[in-house]
Amino acid sequence: MNELQTILSDSVNGLLAERVTKTLVQKAEEGEFPAALWNEAEANGLTRVLVPEADGGAGGTWADAAIVLKAAGEHVAPLPLADALLANWFLATAGIEVPEGVTTLLDGDFTLDGGKLSGEASRVSFGRNARYGVAIAKGVVVLVSLDGAEIEHGINVAREPRDRVVLRGAAATAKKAPLPANAMRLYGALIRACQMAGALGYLSSQSVAYANERTQFGKPIGKFQAIQQQLAVLSTQAAACGVITDHACAQADKRGHDAVFEIAAAKIRVDDASSIATSIAHQVHGAIGFTYEHGLHFATRRLWSWRAEFGAGREWAEELGRETIAAGAGALWPRVTAR
Amino acid sequence: MQPFRFDLCELPGETEGLREEIRAFLAEELPRIPKATRAQTWSGSDAAFSRKMGAKGWIGMTWPKQYGGHERSFFDRYVMLEEMLAAGAPVGAHWIGDRQSGPLLLRFGTEEQRRKILPRVAKGECYFCIGMSEPDSGSDLAATRTRADKVDGGYKVNGTKLWTSGAHTAHYMIGLFRTNLDPQNKHAGLTQFLVDLKNTDGITIRPIKDLAGNAHFNEVVFQDAFVPDGMMVGTEGGGWGQVTAELAFERSGPERYLSSFLLMVEMIRELEKRGGAEGACEIGRLVAHLVTLRQMSLSVAGMLEKGENPALEASVVKDLGAIFEQDMPVRAHELLGIEPMVGEGSDYEQVLGYLTQTVPSFSLRGGTREILRGIIARGLGLR
Repeated sequence: MNELQTILSDSVNGLLAERVTKTLVQKAEEGEFPAALWNEAEANGLTRVLVPEADGGAGGTWADAAIVLKAAGEHVAPLPLADALLANWFLATAGIEVPEGVTTLLDGDFTLDGGKLSGEASRVSFGRNARYGVAIAKGVVVLVSLDGAEIEHGINVAREPRDRVVLRGAAATAKKAPLPANAMRLYGALIRACQMAGALGYLSSQSVAYANERTQFGKPIGKFQAIQQQLAVLSTQAAACGVITDHACAQADKRGHDAVFEIAAAKIRVDDASSIATSIAHQVHGAIGFTYEHGLHFATRRLWSWRAEFGAGREWAEELGRETIAAGAGALWPRVTAR
Repeated sequence: MQPFRFDLCELPGETEGLREEIRAFLAEELPRIPKATRAQTWSGSDAAFSRKMGAKGWIGMTWPKQYGGHERSFFDRYVMLEEMLAAGAPVGAHWIGDRQSGPLLLRFGTEEQRRKILPRVAKGECYFCIGMSEPDSGSDLAATRTRADKVDGGYKVNGTKLWTSGAHTAHYMIGLFRTNLDPQNKHAGLTQFLVDLKNTDGITIRPIKDLAGNAHFNEVVFQDAFVPDGMMVGTEGGGWGQVTAELAFERSGPERYLSSFLLMVEMIRELEKRGGAEGACEIGRLVAHLVTLRQMSLSVAGMLEKGENPALEASVVKDLGAIFEQDMPVRAHELLGIEPMVGEGSDYEQVLGYLTQTVPSFSLRGGTREILRGIIARGLGLR
């Protein structure tokens, strides 16, 4: 890790490890947004990793952002940290000043008319808690205040807010940006894949810790080969996801929007891993892990939600597969090694 | 905290020239070889091909020049390996000598052993096999019973090695023999020897047909076979530690995820003919797993280049890699439903025929799945 990465890692992991308690996550699931934690995260610059230094950010890369994104997943922070980090990058890319306050992504159909934004987005992450939304309408990045927006509450299975946001001629700041048409879905997949990799790492370490504590038949269950073999599988899945998301971020830094190949691969891989890993984590934890009281489900329910967001693995696999088949059998290896 | 370290590793740009050179060579050499034969890749033995590779300087690439090596980087070697495997080059004859016996001799061998043997290995003329497993010693390697008893000027070897790949074509075996038995410590008293298979009396090599009818592994029986003192590798009783170091090389390469790659290529060729989106989802998933495994494998190569010991990470990649390789014929069957064939049929059918029958060995050879997961569990702090 370089200096910025060490600072970011200490900052985000220190903050979230201390503050994201079981009580805090439970309260968030009951509808109490952890505003104080958000303020601290924002004050520490965690939402502005990808914003240039001149604009008040850390001027970081995707490799730097991955540290924050993975930590957000690992600690199951009930905040739109990842969404804000991406939204602020869109704003910075367009040259729009990044505002203070909860900012989220508006992934939907919007039209911009005379500086006014209209349209709607469904399943907006923490829409009810956000002061601002960032949308992309025909290559134009749009910042809009959500004061006065029509917001219909919804949740995902992790009980994170996923709200419908309707805007009717909302005053907006809009600027054209060099982003591809699929920017929202593409980078949305990248941030979710990183969060998922973090959550998978948590499942692995938490399951190992539990297996070393829980005693049956006179010894910790982790001493049984049947459990060891399962935990080995869980850990290798988590390791694979750590690598492919790091790779996708590194390629996003290197190739810009052309990293779609690696981002697709990352979302597919973490989706596959999440099915295997959640199953093993719950099996190892037994009945206690199936209770609301135990915190394991904060991670597993997020994985079950996130894997379908910004394109499920299946969708990305179909796109990647179509391209691969269209390019032809002989092109596969050269394509893989050219990256 | 994960106990593994997988730092990203990007191949240096200068390896691309070598990659192009290898591709041009393979484009000349491979079309004459049937796809079903190419599917064997590093299990397929072709002495003429190995000599051509030796002449190109692609064996012993990282070794010192004084022993016939070429003092190139581990990254150059990695590029060579992955290009050979992906194309299905018959690299089996020299594979073990290049991958592990040569490096073993460089590290633990005597000066005379190195000077006498390594240049021939690098030329693609001298092949190795590994004498580890025995009838009663498979995953439990420390149960090795083949004895090497001290006699005047050397050792008398008695016992049986089993599943010895390539013993019938190899010039030398690196054998793990028991020179001392301490019932309290099975790991002690094991010693590695260089055995000249072509010029030693008392050695009987009997090929064992595998389930597909191919004979690439063997039973090797030693009856009072004399091995001179000068053929001991490393220290007497130091065999266990040396073997453990060797296994890191054995488990760390790209052959641990690319063994079924030819089938993936042929699957895509079949789907190309069908047109449309059929199988796109399945192929996309395989590509995602392939790309992930390559990055993990490269990360291990990066650790080797830095002189670190990636034994644990290599076990992770080998376990995931074997799942990927073994999954390939399953996916092919689900997707295309075409019967695997032997000796006749299309390239796809024959590659499928070979791999369908061979993939069960992928999680057995070089350490079973269960042993690898035991190593990983130890790394996790469970054992």
